[in-house]
Amino acid sequence: MPNSPSDDERPCRVRIQHRGPLLVEGPVEVELEDGSTVASDRFRVALCTCRRSKRYPWCDTSHRERKRL
Amino acid sequence: MPHDPHQEPALPSARGPVSVAVGEYLLGTGALPRHESVAGADVYGDDLQLALYLCYELHYRGFAGVPAEREWDPDLLRTRAALEHRFLSALRTDTPAHDSVEDAVADLLVEPVEGTGVSHFLSKEGELWQVREYAAQRSLYHLKEADPHAWVLPRLWGRAKAGMAAVEFDEFGGGRPERVHARLFADLMTDLDLDTTYGHYLDDACAEMLATVNLMSLLGLHRSLRGALVGHFAAVEITSSPGSRRLADAMRRTGAGPAAEHFYDEHVEADAVHEQVVRHDVIGGLLAEEPHLAADVAFGIDATGFVEDRLGERLLDDWRAGRSSLRTRQASEISHIS
Repeated sequence: MPNSPSDDERPCRVRIQHRGPLLVEGPVEVELEDGSTVASDRFRVALCTCRRSKRYPWCDTSHRERKRL
Repeated sequence: MPHDPHQEPALPSARGPVSVAVGEYLLGTGALPRHESVAGADVYGDDLQLALYLCYELHYRGFAGVPAEREWDPDLLRTRAALEHRFLSALRTDTPAHDSVEDAVADLLVEPVEGTGVSHFLSKEGELWQVREYAAQRSLYHLKEADPHAWVLPRLWGRAKAGMAAVEFDEFGGGRPERVHARLFADLMTDLDLDTTYGHYLDDACAEMLATVNLMSLLGLHRSLRGALVGHFAAVEITSSPGSRRLADAMRRTGAGPAAEHFYDEHVEADAVHEQVVRHDVIGGLLAEEPHLAADVAFGIDATGFVEDRLGERLLDDWRAGRSSLRTRQASEISHIS
């Protein structure tokens, strides 16, 4: 079907934002600094950019602003 | 889950004149509640909330001894509409409202340094019996996790529909039955030595818990409330990740078990993604198509916070007084086995 380009031809989309994780279409394999890899087959993954995540490289929302109420 | 799909849950015990009448009508042994008793019941109380819960449950799994056709019984639907009208009017009056969706979302995105909610309590000082009570109460929702939100799908288009369907697919295990979130919660319950049968803890759940599930059913079943359903879903997904991290800590600290830890660990990661998709694609997509729904989206966010805060306060009040939060003596006995 001419209206249905195959998934193979479609580039993987990444969304960047000023504050917050990098959003990448899954599944992904992430190579860490020590050479090891971790994988996720979620439809989209959120990669930590603030380095505060306790589940690095996955975002755990630790980038959020914290306030004394 | 040991649930037998041919065996619906038993009808729960009534909690007052309205729920007595609805229950008897469902079984074909009595008349629907009188207008005066619906009008006079405490809107957030056990009787009205249970009556509404019974009406809604017909759209999920029904009850043993109740014909499936009762789901679309016009007289019952008229009673349900009267109960819904009271609940929705009260929520619209009592919910502290934000002026805009942006403000409502922004407030959810700020984490308190010293939080006082129920997940903060369980993470810092919760005991195993309180963790078990929390799971028993929450089982009313988590054993049908993401089900009421699926009703909104035919009412969305384009970006909002694609985003909502993607998140729901993840909630339903991404095509793998062992990863369905409701199944992961049943595994958590098994770790905590709780009964995983659908509806088992309905008699034990407090009115505040019933109200949180009734809110989702109300918003999910009405196309006119699709904006509020999207707002509600956003509130759940945005607050879930940090809350789940605290609950995962509570599971680890109390030695609840690996499946119990996994349920909340999975929600930390999954809902960090869902939050982004719901904010950008579902809310963003819906309001691009239907900007007039902005006030309803904000209402859905705020009403969710309102009913969740009431539940949290109820649980903490009971626990700080050394009381069980569960309604039946049998369950409170079970809950204290640690």
